[in-house]
Amino acid sequence: MTSEFVQLKHQMRKSNLYHWLFLTPCLVTLILCAGWPLLRTVYFSFTDATLDNLRGSSFIGVENFISLARDHDWWRAVLNTFVIAFVSVPMETVLGMVIALILHRNFRGRGWMRAVVLIPWTIPTIVSARIWAWMLNDVYGIVNELLLRMSIIVAPVPWIASSSLSIASMIMVDVWKTTPYMALLLLAGLQGLPQDCFEAAEVDSIPFSKSFVKIILPLMKPTIIVAMIFRTLDAVRIFDLVYILSSGNSANATMSVYARKHLVDYTDVGFGSAAATALLFFIAFLSVLYVPFNRRKMQDL
Amino acid sequence: MIKQENKWRYKKIIKNVAFCLLCLLVAACCIFPFYWAVVSSLRDSASLFSTELWPSSITLNNYKSVFCDVTFGHSFMNSVVVAFLTTLLTLMVCLLAAYPLARHRFPGRKRVLMIALSVSTLPHVAVLSGLFELIRILDIYNEKSALILSYMIITVPFTLWAMTNFMNSIPKEIEEAAIMDGASKYVILTKVFFPILKPAVVTTGLLAFIAAWNEFLFALTFTLTNQARTVPVSLALFTGASQHELPWGLIMAASVVVTMPLILLVVIFQRRIISGLTTGAVKG
Repeated sequence: MTSEFVQLKHQMRKSNLYHWLFLTPCLVTLILCAGWPLLRTVYFSFTDATLDNLRGSSFIGVENFISLARDHDWWRAVLNTFVIAFVSVPMETVLGMVIALILHRNFRGRGWMRAVVLIPWTIPTIVSARIWAWMLNDVYGIVNELLLRMSIIVAPVPWIASSSLSIASMIMVDVWKTTPYMALLLLAGLQGLPQDCFEAAEVDSIPFSKSFVKIILPLMKPTIIVAMIFRTLDAVRIFDLVYILSSGNSANATMSVYARKHLVDYTDVGFGSAAATALLFFIAFLSVLYVPFNRRKMQDL
Repeated sequence: MIKQENKWRYKKIIKNVAFCLLCLLVAACCIFPFYWAVVSSLRDSASLFSTELWPSSITLNNYKSVFCDVTFGHSFMNSVVVAFLTTLLTLMVCLLAAYPLARHRFPGRKRVLMIALSVSTLPHVAVLSGLFELIRILDIYNEKSALILSYMIITVPFTLWAMTNFMNSIPKEIEEAAIMDGASKYVILTKVFFPILKPAVVTTGLLAFIAAWNEFLFALTFTLTNQARTVPVSLALFTGASQHELPWGLIMAASVVVTMPLILLVVIFQRRIISGLTTGAVKG
Protein backbone atom coordinates (compact mmCIF):
# COMPACT_ATOMS: atom_id res chain seq x y z
CA MET A 1 0.00 0.00 0.00
CA THR A 2 2.62 2.50 1.06
CA SER A 3 4.99 1.59 -1.71
CA GLU A 4 2.18 1.88 -4.19
CA PHE A 5 1.40 5.30 -2.82
CA VAL A 6 5.01 6.39 -3.10
CA GLN A 7 5.15 5.06 -6.63
CA LEU A 8 2.01 6.94 -7.56
CA LYS A 9 3.40 10.12 -6.04
CA HIS A 10 6.63 9.67 -7.94
CA GLN A 11 4.72 9.15 -11.14
CA MET A 12 2.71 12.30 -10.53
CA ARG A 13 5.82 14.36 -9.97
CA LYS A 14 7.32 12.93 -13.13
CA SER A 15 4.22 13.78 -15.14
CA ASN A 16 4.21 17.29 -13.68
CA LEU A 17 7.76 17.68 -14.94
CA TYR A 18 6.56 16.54 -18.35
CA HIS A 19 3.90 19.21 -18.39
CA TRP A 20 6.39 21.97 -17.86
CA LEU A 21 8.85 20.43 -20.29
CA PHE A 22 6.18 20.48 -23.00
CA LEU A 23 5.19 24.01 -22.08
CA THR A 24 8.71 25.43 -22.03
CA PRO A 25 9.14 26.26 -25.77
CA CYS A 26 5.82 28.07 -25.81
CA LEU A 27 6.52 29.99 -22.62
CA VAL A 28 10.01 30.94 -23.77
CA THR A 29 8.53 32.22 -27.04
CA LEU A 30 5.92 34.27 -25.23
CA ILE A 31 8.55 35.73 -22.90
CA LEU A 32 10.90 36.54 -25.80
CA CYS A 33 8.36 38.14 -28.10
CA ALA A 34 5.95 39.64 -25.57
CA GLY A 35 6.88 39.61 -21.88
CA TRP A 36 10.44 40.90 -21.96
CA PRO A 37 9.89 43.50 -24.75
CA LEU A 38 6.84 44.79 -22.89
CA LEU A 39 8.82 45.29 -19.68
CA ARG A 40 11.60 47.04 -21.59
CA THR A 41 9.09 49.36 -23.30
CA VAL A 42 7.65 50.36 -19.94
CA TYR A 43 11.20 50.90 -18.67
CA PHE A 44 12.17 52.98 -21.73
CA SER A 45 9.17 55.23 -21.15
CA PHE A 46 10.92 56.54 -18.02
CA THR A 47 14.19 57.22 -19.85
CA ASP A 48 15.52 59.55 -22.53
CA ALA A 49 16.47 56.64 -24.82
CA THR A 50 16.80 57.27 -28.54
CA LEU A 51 16.95 54.77 -31.36
CA ASP A 52 20.73 55.14 -31.73
CA ASN A 53 21.35 55.22 -28.03
CA LEU A 54 19.26 52.56 -26.31
CA ARG A 55 21.90 51.36 -23.86
CA GLY A 56 23.30 54.68 -22.67
CA SER A 57 19.94 56.18 -21.78
CA SER A 58 19.38 57.70 -18.38
CA PHE A 59 16.38 57.63 -16.09
CA ILE A 60 14.33 60.82 -16.25
CA GLY A 61 11.25 59.87 -14.22
CA VAL A 62 7.81 60.80 -15.52
CA GLU A 63 9.04 63.63 -17.73
CA ASN A 64 7.97 61.82 -20.93
CA PHE A 65 4.47 61.36 -19.56
CA ILE A 66 4.25 65.03 -18.61
CA SER A 67 5.20 66.18 -22.12
CA LEU A 68 2.81 63.57 -23.51
CA ALA A 69 -0.04 64.99 -21.45
CA ARG A 70 0.83 68.46 -22.73
CA ASP A 71 0.93 67.41 -26.36
CA HIS A 72 -2.16 68.51 -28.22
CA ASP A 73 -1.51 65.95 -31.00
CA TRP A 74 -1.55 63.10 -28.49
CA TRP A 75 -5.00 63.98 -27.18
CA ARG A 76 -6.16 64.32 -30.75
CA ALA A 77 -4.86 60.78 -31.38
CA VAL A 78 -6.62 59.50 -28.24
CA LEU A 79 -9.86 61.09 -29.38
CA ASN A 80 -9.50 59.70 -32.92
CA THR A 81 -8.81 56.22 -31.59
CA PHE A 82 -11.87 56.15 -29.37
CA VAL A 83 -14.11 57.68 -32.02
CA ILE A 84 -13.00 54.98 -34.47
CA ALA A 85 -13.38 52.18 -31.92
CA PHE A 86 -16.69 53.24 -30.42
CA VAL A 87 -18.36 54.04 -33.73
CA SER A 88 -17.10 51.13 -35.78
CA VAL A 89 -17.61 48.32 -33.24
CA PRO A 90 -21.37 48.92 -32.75
CA MET A 91 -21.81 49.26 -36.53
CA GLU A 92 -19.95 46.01 -37.06
CA THR A 93 -22.09 44.30 -34.44
CA VAL A 94 -25.35 45.29 -36.11
CA LEU A 95 -24.16 44.43 -39.63
CA GLY A 96 -22.43 41.30 -38.35
CA MET A 97 -25.67 40.16 -36.74
CA VAL A 98 -27.53 40.59 -40.02
CA ILE A 99 -24.89 38.57 -41.88
CA ALA A 100 -24.79 35.92 -39.15
CA LEU A 101 -28.57 35.49 -39.39
CA ILE A 102 -28.27 35.13 -43.18
CA LEU A 103 -25.50 32.55 -42.89
CA HIS A 104 -27.37 30.66 -40.21
CA ARG A 105 -30.28 29.99 -42.55
CA ASN A 106 -30.19 26.92 -44.67
CA PHE A 107 -30.31 27.90 -48.33
CA ARG A 108 -28.71 26.86 -51.58
CA GLY A 109 -25.38 28.59 -52.12
CA ARG A 110 -24.70 29.08 -48.43
CA GLY A 111 -21.15 27.79 -48.85
CA TRP A 112 -20.47 30.40 -51.53
CA MET A 113 -22.05 33.09 -49.44
CA ARG A 114 -19.77 32.21 -46.54
CA ALA A 115 -16.67 32.34 -48.74
CA VAL A 116 -17.77 35.68 -50.24
CA VAL A 117 -18.40 37.19 -46.82
CA LEU A 118 -14.93 36.15 -45.70
CA ILE A 119 -13.22 38.03 -48.55
CA PRO A 120 -12.94 41.46 -46.87
CA TRP A 121 -11.41 39.79 -43.82
CA THR A 122 -8.86 37.91 -45.92
CA ILE A 123 -7.56 40.85 -47.92
CA PRO A 124 -4.43 42.19 -46.20
CA THR A 125 -5.23 45.45 -44.42
CA ILE A 126 -2.62 47.31 -46.42
CA VAL A 127 -4.20 46.11 -49.64
CA SER A 128 -7.70 47.07 -48.59
CA ALA A 129 -6.45 50.46 -47.42
CA ARG A 130 -4.87 51.02 -50.83
CA ILE A 131 -7.92 49.78 -52.75
CA TRP A 132 -10.22 52.03 -50.74
CA ALA A 133 -7.84 54.98 -51.08
CA TRP A 134 -8.13 54.47 -54.84
CA MET A 135 -11.91 54.10 -54.75
CA LEU A 136 -12.28 57.15 -52.50
CA ASN A 137 -9.87 59.29 -54.53
CA ASP A 138 -11.53 62.71 -54.78
CA VAL A 139 -10.87 63.20 -58.49
CA TYR A 140 -10.82 59.74 -60.05
CA GLY A 141 -12.53 57.63 -57.38
CA ILE A 142 -15.42 55.37 -58.29
CA VAL A 143 -17.29 56.21 -55.08
CA ASN A 144 -17.61 59.90 -55.94
CA GLU A 145 -18.44 59.00 -59.52
CA LEU A 146 -21.27 56.66 -58.53
CA LEU A 147 -22.67 59.09 -55.97
CA LEU A 148 -22.54 61.88 -58.57
CA ARG A 149 -24.27 59.72 -61.14
CA MET A 150 -27.04 58.88 -58.69
CA SER A 151 -27.10 62.60 -57.84
CA ILE A 152 -26.70 61.96 -54.12
CA ILE A 153 -23.94 64.52 -54.08
CA VAL A 154 -23.50 67.54 -56.36
CA ALA A 155 -19.71 67.93 -56.14
CA PRO A 156 -16.88 65.43 -55.56
CA VAL A 157 -16.26 64.83 -51.85
CA PRO A 158 -12.67 64.88 -50.52
CA TRP A 159 -13.10 61.61 -48.57
CA ILE A 160 -9.48 61.29 -47.52
CA ALA A 161 -8.05 64.79 -47.89
CA SER A 162 -10.49 66.44 -45.48
CA SER A 163 -9.55 65.53 -41.94
CA SER A 164 -13.05 65.12 -40.47
CA LEU A 165 -14.24 63.02 -43.42
CA SER A 166 -11.03 61.05 -43.32
CA ILE A 167 -11.90 59.63 -39.90
CA ALA A 168 -15.32 58.70 -41.25
CA SER A 169 -13.66 56.98 -44.21
CA MET A 170 -11.38 55.05 -41.87
CA ILE A 171 -14.40 53.90 -39.88
CA MET A 172 -16.14 52.82 -43.05
CA VAL A 173 -13.16 50.80 -44.28
CA ASP A 174 -12.64 49.28 -40.84
CA VAL A 175 -16.30 48.26 -40.69
CA TRP A 176 -16.05 46.77 -44.16
CA LYS A 177 -12.96 44.82 -43.19
CA THR A 178 -13.91 43.49 -39.76
CA THR A 179 -17.65 42.87 -40.05
CA PRO A 180 -17.04 39.37 -41.49
CA TYR A 181 -15.08 38.40 -38.39
CA MET A 182 -17.79 39.75 -36.13
CA ALA A 183 -20.38 37.86 -38.19
CA LEU A 184 -18.49 34.60 -37.68
CA LEU A 185 -18.26 35.09 -33.92
CA LEU A 186 -21.99 35.79 -33.76
CA LEU A 187 -22.70 32.87 -36.10
CA ALA A 188 -20.87 30.56 -33.70
CA GLY A 189 -23.10 31.94 -30.94
CA LEU A 190 -26.24 31.33 -33.01
CA GLN A 191 -25.17 27.77 -33.72
CA GLY A 192 -24.66 27.21 -30.00
CA LEU A 193 -28.28 28.11 -29.21
CA PRO A 194 -30.90 25.36 -28.92
CA GLN A 195 -32.32 25.04 -32.42
CA ASP A 196 -35.98 24.94 -31.32
CA CYS A 197 -35.87 28.61 -30.49
CA PHE A 198 -35.38 29.29 -34.20
CA GLU A 199 -38.32 27.05 -35.00
CA ALA A 200 -40.34 28.99 -32.49
CA ALA A 201 -39.15 32.17 -34.15
CA GLU A 202 -40.30 30.92 -37.53
CA VAL A 203 -43.93 30.57 -36.53
CA ASP A 204 -45.70 32.51 -39.20
CA SER A 205 -48.00 34.61 -37.12
CA ILE A 206 -45.12 36.31 -35.36
CA PRO A 207 -43.04 38.72 -37.46
CA PHE A 208 -39.34 37.86 -37.46
CA SER A 209 -38.35 41.19 -35.97
CA LYS A 210 -40.46 40.48 -32.90
CA SER A 211 -39.22 36.96 -32.30
CA PHE A 212 -35.67 38.19 -32.87
CA VAL A 213 -35.96 40.86 -30.20
CA LYS A 214 -37.88 38.63 -27.77
CA ILE A 215 -36.17 35.28 -28.20
CA ILE A 216 -32.85 35.35 -30.06
CA LEU A 217 -31.39 38.62 -28.82
CA PRO A 218 -31.68 37.85 -25.07
CA LEU A 219 -30.09 34.44 -25.62
CA MET A 220 -27.31 35.96 -27.71
CA LYS A 221 -26.54 38.74 -25.23
CA PRO A 222 -23.47 37.09 -23.63
CA THR A 223 -21.94 36.28 -27.03
CA ILE A 224 -22.61 39.78 -28.33
CA ILE A 225 -21.05 41.43 -25.28
CA VAL A 226 -17.94 39.27 -25.34
CA ALA A 227 -17.52 39.75 -29.09
CA MET A 228 -17.91 43.52 -28.74
CA ILE A 229 -15.35 43.77 -25.95
CA PHE A 230 -13.00 41.55 -27.90
CA ARG A 231 -13.33 43.74 -30.99
CA THR A 232 -13.06 46.99 -29.02
CA LEU A 233 -9.73 45.85 -27.55
CA ASP A 234 -8.62 45.12 -31.10
CA ALA A 235 -9.94 48.38 -32.57
CA VAL A 236 -8.18 50.55 -29.99
CA ARG A 237 -4.78 49.44 -31.26
CA ILE A 238 -5.64 50.04 -34.94
CA PHE A 239 -2.54 50.85 -36.97
CA ASP A 240 -2.24 49.64 -40.58
CA LEU A 241 -5.35 51.24 -41.99
CA VAL A 242 -4.76 54.58 -40.32
CA TYR A 243 -1.09 54.59 -41.32
CA ILE A 244 -2.03 54.34 -45.00
CA LEU A 245 -5.19 56.47 -45.05
CA SER A 246 -3.86 59.32 -42.89
CA SER A 247 -0.67 59.41 -45.01
CA GLY A 248 1.36 61.05 -42.28
CA ASN A 249 -1.21 63.70 -41.36
CA SER A 250 -0.91 63.89 -37.57
CA ALA A 251 -4.44 65.28 -37.21
CA ASN A 252 -5.79 61.88 -38.24
CA ALA A 253 -3.39 59.67 -36.30
CA THR A 254 -4.46 57.09 -33.74
CA MET A 255 -2.52 56.21 -30.59
CA SER A 256 -0.57 53.39 -32.25
CA VAL A 257 0.34 55.55 -35.23
CA TYR A 258 1.35 58.43 -32.96
CA ALA A 259 3.52 56.18 -30.78
CA ARG A 260 5.29 54.59 -33.73
CA LYS A 261 5.90 57.96 -35.36
CA HIS A 262 7.73 59.27 -32.31
CA LEU A 263 9.47 55.98 -31.68
CA VAL A 264 10.78 55.28 -35.16
CA ASP A 265 10.46 58.36 -37.37
CA TYR A 266 11.60 60.85 -34.70
CA THR A 267 13.83 58.14 -33.08
CA ASP A 268 12.62 59.30 -29.65
CA VAL A 269 12.29 55.87 -28.03
CA GLY A 270 11.67 57.27 -24.54
CA PHE A 271 8.75 59.48 -25.59
CA GLY A 272 7.35 56.94 -28.06
CA SER A 273 7.46 54.24 -25.39
CA ALA A 274 5.60 56.56 -23.02
CA ALA A 275 2.84 56.91 -25.63
CA ALA A 276 2.81 53.14 -26.14
CA THR A 277 2.62 52.60 -22.38
CA ALA A 278 -0.30 55.02 -22.16
CA LEU A 279 -2.07 53.01 -24.87
CA LEU A 280 -1.30 49.87 -22.91
CA PHE A 281 -2.90 51.49 -19.90
CA PHE A 282 -6.07 52.26 -21.86
CA ILE A 283 -6.25 48.67 -23.07
CA ALA A 284 -5.65 47.30 -19.58
CA PHE A 285 -8.48 49.49 -18.35
CA LEU A 286 -10.80 48.15 -21.06
CA SER A 287 -9.72 44.57 -20.35
CA VAL A 288 -10.96 44.90 -16.77
CA LEU A 289 -14.43 44.96 -18.33
CA TYR A 290 -13.62 41.69 -19.98
CA VAL A 291 -12.74 39.84 -16.78
CA PRO A 292 -16.22 38.89 -15.49
CA PHE A 293 -17.14 37.46 -18.90
CA ASN A 294 -13.85 35.77 -19.18
CA ARG A 295 -14.29 33.93 -15.96
CA ARG A 296 -17.28 32.14 -17.36
CA LYS A 297 -15.26 31.18 -20.43
CA MET A 298 -12.48 29.76 -18.30
CA GLN A 299 -14.94 27.61 -16.39
CA ASP A 300 -15.86 25.58 -19.46
CA LEU A 301 -12.29 24.46 -19.88
CA MET B 1 -59.45 28.60 -47.59
CA ILE B 2 -57.76 28.71 -51.00
CA LYS B 3 -57.52 32.45 -50.77
CA GLN B 4 -55.80 32.10 -47.43
CA GLU B 5 -53.34 29.63 -48.89
CA ASN B 6 -52.59 31.91 -51.85
CA LYS B 7 -51.96 34.79 -49.55
CA TRP B 8 -49.63 32.65 -47.51
CA ARG B 9 -47.81 31.57 -50.63
CA TYR B 10 -47.37 35.10 -51.92
CA LYS B 11 -46.05 36.15 -48.57
CA LYS B 12 -43.50 33.38 -48.74
CA ILE B 13 -42.41 34.31 -52.26
CA ILE B 14 -42.00 37.94 -51.27
CA LYS B 15 -40.00 36.89 -48.25
CA ASN B 16 -37.71 34.72 -50.36
CA VAL B 17 -37.17 37.44 -52.94
CA ALA B 18 -36.34 39.91 -50.18
CA PHE B 19 -33.90 37.43 -48.70
CA CYS B 20 -32.20 36.92 -52.08
CA LEU B 21 -31.90 40.66 -52.59
CA LEU B 22 -30.36 41.04 -49.15
CA CYS B 23 -27.85 38.28 -49.95
CA LEU B 24 -26.96 39.95 -53.23
CA LEU B 25 -26.51 43.30 -51.53
CA VAL B 26 -24.20 41.82 -48.88
CA ALA B 27 -22.23 39.89 -51.50
CA ALA B 28 -21.87 42.99 -53.68
CA CYS B 29 -20.55 45.04 -50.76
CA CYS B 30 -18.03 42.33 -49.91
CA ILE B 31 -16.78 41.74 -53.44
CA PHE B 32 -16.99 45.12 -55.15
CA PRO B 33 -13.73 46.69 -53.84
CA PHE B 34 -11.72 43.67 -54.89
CA TYR B 35 -13.53 43.53 -58.21
CA TRP B 36 -12.72 47.20 -58.75
CA ALA B 37 -9.04 46.53 -57.99
CA VAL B 38 -9.03 43.75 -60.62
CA VAL B 39 -10.75 45.97 -63.19
CA SER B 40 -8.38 48.89 -62.52
CA SER B 41 -5.35 46.62 -62.77
CA LEU B 42 -6.46 45.44 -66.23
CA ARG B 43 -6.72 48.97 -67.63
CA ASP B 44 -3.97 50.69 -69.57
CA SER B 45 -2.78 54.06 -68.30
CA ALA B 46 -4.94 55.94 -70.81
CA SER B 47 -8.24 54.49 -69.57
CA LEU B 48 -7.20 54.08 -65.93
CA PHE B 49 -9.39 56.91 -64.77
CA SER B 50 -12.45 55.77 -66.66
CA THR B 51 -15.24 54.69 -64.38
CA GLU B 52 -16.99 52.17 -66.58
CA LEU B 53 -17.89 49.22 -64.39
CA TRP B 54 -16.85 46.81 -67.12
CA PRO B 55 -13.50 47.44 -68.85
CA SER B 56 -13.81 47.85 -72.64
CA SER B 57 -10.21 46.93 -73.35
CA ILE B 58 -8.00 44.65 -71.28
CA THR B 59 -4.24 44.79 -70.92
CA LEU B 60 -1.89 42.72 -68.80
CA ASN B 61 0.86 45.34 -68.87
CA ASN B 62 0.48 46.17 -65.19
CA TYR B 63 0.93 42.52 -64.25
CA LYS B 64 3.96 42.24 -66.52
CA SER B 65 5.60 45.17 -64.76
CA VAL B 66 4.73 43.75 -61.34
CA PHE B 67 6.27 40.37 -62.13
CA CYS B 68 9.32 41.91 -63.78
CA ASP B 69 9.93 44.18 -60.81
CA VAL B 70 12.86 42.66 -58.93
CA THR B 71 11.92 44.35 -55.66
CA PHE B 72 8.42 42.96 -55.74
CA GLY B 73 9.72 39.47 -56.50
CA HIS B 74 12.04 39.72 -53.49
CA SER B 75 9.23 40.87 -51.24
CA PHE B 76 6.94 38.12 -52.45
CA MET B 77 9.52 35.45 -51.69
CA ASN B 78 10.25 37.02 -48.31
CA SER B 79 6.56 36.97 -47.45
CA VAL B 80 6.24 33.33 -48.45
CA VAL B 81 9.29 32.24 -46.44
CA VAL B 82 8.48 34.30 -43.35
CA ALA B 83 4.80 33.32 -43.27
CA PHE B 84 5.62 29.66 -43.84
CA LEU B 85 8.33 29.46 -41.17
CA THR B 86 6.25 31.42 -38.67
CA THR B 87 3.38 29.00 -39.18
CA LEU B 88 5.60 25.95 -38.83
CA LEU B 89 7.31 27.18 -35.66
CA THR B 90 4.05 28.32 -34.12
CA LEU B 91 2.40 24.97 -34.76
CA MET B 92 5.32 23.02 -33.29
CA VAL B 93 5.53 25.13 -30.17
CA CYS B 94 1.78 25.22 -29.62
CA LEU B 95 1.14 21.54 -30.30
CA LEU B 96 3.69 20.66 -27.63
CA ALA B 97 2.21 23.10 -25.15
CA ALA B 98 -1.40 22.22 -25.91
CA TYR B 99 -0.88 18.59 -24.88
CA PRO B 100 -0.56 19.15 -21.13
CA LEU B 101 -2.96 22.12 -21.27
CA ALA B 102 -5.70 20.09 -22.89
CA ARG B 103 -5.24 16.67 -21.32
CA HIS B 104 -4.23 17.35 -17.74
CA ARG B 105 -5.36 19.54 -14.91
CA PHE B 106 -2.30 20.83 -13.08
CA PRO B 107 -1.55 23.94 -11.04
CA GLY B 108 -0.63 26.90 -13.24
CA ARG B 109 -2.57 25.60 -16.22
CA LYS B 110 -5.25 28.28 -16.19
CA ARG B 111 -2.60 30.92 -15.63
CA VAL B 112 -0.77 29.88 -18.80
CA LEU B 113 -3.99 30.10 -20.82
CA MET B 114 -4.79 33.48 -19.30
CA ILE B 115 -1.32 34.77 -20.15
CA ALA B 116 -1.76 33.69 -23.76
CA LEU B 117 -5.13 35.44 -23.84
CA SER B 118 -3.70 38.68 -22.46
CA VAL B 119 -0.82 38.58 -24.93
CA SER B 120 -3.39 38.46 -27.73
CA THR B 121 -4.87 41.77 -26.58
CA LEU B 122 -1.52 43.58 -26.26
CA PRO B 123 -1.12 46.59 -28.54
CA HIS B 124 1.77 45.67 -30.80
CA VAL B 125 3.24 49.11 -30.59
CA ALA B 126 3.77 48.50 -26.85
CA VAL B 127 6.38 45.82 -27.53
CA LEU B 128 7.99 47.71 -30.38
CA SER B 129 10.91 49.38 -28.57
CA GLY B 130 11.62 46.32 -26.41
CA LEU B 131 11.61 44.07 -29.45
CA PHE B 132 13.79 46.52 -31.32
CA GLU B 133 16.37 46.31 -28.57
CA LEU B 134 16.17 42.51 -28.45
CA ILE B 135 16.57 42.31 -32.23
CA ARG B 136 19.63 44.57 -32.04
CA ILE B 137 21.12 42.40 -29.29
CA LEU B 138 20.49 39.21 -31.29
CA ASP B 139 21.88 41.05 -34.33
CA ILE B 140 19.00 40.05 -36.59
CA TYR B 141 17.78 43.51 -37.62
CA ASN B 142 16.66 43.58 -41.26
CA GLU B 143 16.54 39.77 -41.35
CA LYS B 144 13.73 37.29 -41.71
CA SER B 145 14.33 35.82 -38.27
CA ALA B 146 13.47 39.20 -36.71
CA LEU B 147 10.10 39.11 -38.42
CA ILE B 148 9.46 35.49 -37.47
CA LEU B 149 10.26 36.24 -33.83
CA SER B 150 7.95 39.24 -33.72
CA TYR B 151 5.11 37.51 -35.60
CA MET B 152 4.95 34.84 -32.92
CA ILE B 153 3.29 37.38 -30.61
CA ILE B 154 0.35 37.37 -33.02
CA THR B 155 0.18 33.70 -33.98
CA VAL B 156 1.05 31.87 -30.75
CA PRO B 157 -1.87 33.00 -28.52
CA PHE B 158 -4.71 32.02 -30.83
CA THR B 159 -2.97 28.87 -32.05
CA LEU B 160 -2.41 27.76 -28.46
CA TRP B 161 -6.07 28.31 -27.61
CA ALA B 162 -7.34 26.61 -30.73
CA MET B 163 -5.00 23.62 -30.33
CA THR B 164 -5.95 23.27 -26.67
CA ASN B 165 -9.65 23.33 -27.54
CA PHE B 166 -9.25 20.83 -30.37
CA MET B 167 -7.12 18.48 -28.29
CA ASN B 168 -9.61 18.73 -25.47
CA SER B 169 -12.22 17.11 -27.68
CA ILE B 170 -10.25 13.91 -28.26
CA PRO B 171 -11.85 11.03 -26.31
CA LYS B 172 -10.00 9.97 -23.18
CA GLU B 173 -10.09 6.28 -24.17
CA ILE B 174 -7.71 6.82 -27.07
CA GLU B 175 -5.07 8.28 -24.78
CA GLU B 176 -5.61 5.60 -22.14
CA ALA B 177 -5.22 2.85 -24.72
CA ALA B 178 -1.93 4.36 -25.86
CA ILE B 179 -0.72 4.61 -22.26
CA MET B 180 -1.60 0.95 -21.71
CA ASP B 181 0.54 0.08 -24.73
CA GLY B 182 3.41 1.85 -23.02
CA ALA B 183 3.60 4.85 -25.32
CA SER B 184 5.51 7.84 -23.97
CA LYS B 185 3.89 11.28 -23.91
CA TYR B 186 5.88 12.39 -26.90
CA VAL B 187 4.81 9.32 -28.88
CA ILE B 188 1.19 9.85 -27.89
CA LEU B 189 1.38 13.43 -29.12
CA THR B 190 3.13 12.73 -32.42
CA LYS B 191 1.82 9.29 -33.35
CA VAL B 192 -1.66 9.24 -31.81
CA PHE B 193 -2.96 12.78 -31.44
CA PHE B 194 -1.30 14.43 -34.41
CA PRO B 195 -3.00 12.25 -37.05
CA ILE B 196 -6.37 12.86 -35.40
CA LEU B 197 -5.71 16.58 -35.20
CA LYS B 198 -4.42 16.98 -38.75
CA PRO B 199 -7.52 18.81 -40.05
CA ALA B 200 -7.43 21.15 -37.05
CA VAL B 201 -3.70 21.72 -37.56
CA VAL B 202 -4.28 22.62 -41.20
CA THR B 203 -7.04 25.06 -40.25
CA THR B 204 -5.08 26.78 -37.50
CA GLY B 205 -1.98 26.77 -39.67
CA LEU B 206 -3.92 28.54 -42.41
CA LEU B 207 -5.05 31.21 -39.98
CA ALA B 208 -1.47 31.68 -38.74
CA PHE B 209 -0.24 31.88 -42.32
CA ILE B 210 -2.80 34.53 -43.22
CA ALA B 211 -1.98 36.53 -40.09
CA ALA B 212 1.75 36.41 -40.84
CA TRP B 213 1.21 37.20 -44.51
CA ASN B 214 -0.83 40.31 -43.67
CA GLU B 215 1.32 41.65 -40.83
CA PHE B 216 2.52 45.21 -41.37
CA LEU B 217 3.73 47.06 -38.25
CA PHE B 218 6.66 44.78 -37.38
CA ALA B 219 7.63 44.27 -41.00
CA LEU B 220 7.72 48.02 -41.51
CA THR B 221 9.79 48.62 -38.39
CA PHE B 222 12.27 45.77 -38.44
CA THR B 223 13.28 45.87 -42.10
CA LEU B 224 15.27 48.53 -43.84
CA THR B 225 16.23 47.41 -47.33
CA ASN B 226 14.20 46.35 -50.34
CA GLN B 227 15.77 42.89 -50.13
CA ALA B 228 14.34 42.26 -46.67
CA ARG B 229 10.86 43.74 -47.02
CA THR B 230 7.64 41.76 -47.13
CA VAL B 231 4.84 42.40 -49.58
CA PRO B 232 2.59 44.61 -47.39
CA VAL B 233 5.53 46.94 -46.71
CA SER B 234 6.58 47.28 -50.33
CA LEU B 235 2.98 47.84 -51.26
CA ALA B 236 2.68 50.59 -48.65
CA LEU B 237 5.91 52.21 -49.80
CA PHE B 238 5.02 51.94 -53.48
CA THR B 239 5.04 55.55 -54.63
CA GLY B 240 5.37 57.28 -57.93
CA ALA B 241 7.32 60.38 -58.81
CA SER B 242 5.04 62.42 -56.56
CA GLN B 243 2.04 61.98 -54.29
CA HIS B 244 -0.25 62.97 -57.15
CA GLU B 245 1.20 60.57 -59.65
CA LEU B 246 0.74 57.33 -57.78
CA PRO B 247 0.95 54.43 -60.28
CA TRP B 248 -2.54 53.24 -59.38
CA GLY B 249 -2.75 50.60 -62.09
CA LEU B 250 0.48 49.04 -60.87
CA ILE B 251 -0.55 49.25 -57.22
CA MET B 252 -3.85 47.55 -58.00
CA ALA B 253 -2.11 44.79 -59.97
CA ALA B 254 0.29 44.18 -57.08
CA SER B 255 -2.66 44.18 -54.66
CA VAL B 256 -4.44 41.55 -56.70
CA VAL B 257 -1.31 39.38 -56.91
CA VAL B 258 -0.87 39.57 -53.13
CA THR B 259 -4.49 38.82 -52.36
CA MET B 260 -5.23 36.10 -54.94
CA PRO B 261 -3.50 33.25 -53.05
CA LEU B 262 -5.39 34.13 -49.88
CA ILE B 263 -8.75 34.33 -51.61
CA LEU B 264 -8.16 30.95 -53.21
CA LEU B 265 -7.29 29.49 -49.80
CA VAL B 266 -10.43 30.95 -48.28
CA VAL B 267 -12.71 29.70 -51.05
CA ILE B 268 -11.22 26.20 -50.79
CA PHE B 269 -11.03 25.97 -47.01
CA GLN B 270 -14.00 28.19 -46.18
CA ARG B 271 -15.68 25.68 -43.85
CA ARG B 272 -12.52 24.87 -41.97
CA ILE B 273 -11.43 28.48 -41.60
CA ILE B 274 -14.77 29.38 -40.09
CA SER B 275 -14.58 26.57 -37.55
CA GLY B 276 -10.98 27.50 -36.72
CA LEU B 277 -11.76 31.19 -36.30
CA THR B 278 -14.58 30.53 -33.91
CA THR B 279 -12.79 27.86 -31.88
CA GLY B 280 -9.71 29.99 -31.29
CA ALA B 281 -11.74 32.97 -30.25
CA VAL B 282 -14.77 33.82 -28.22
CA LYS B 283 -17.36 31.26 -27.35
CA GLY B 284 -20.13 32.99 -25.40
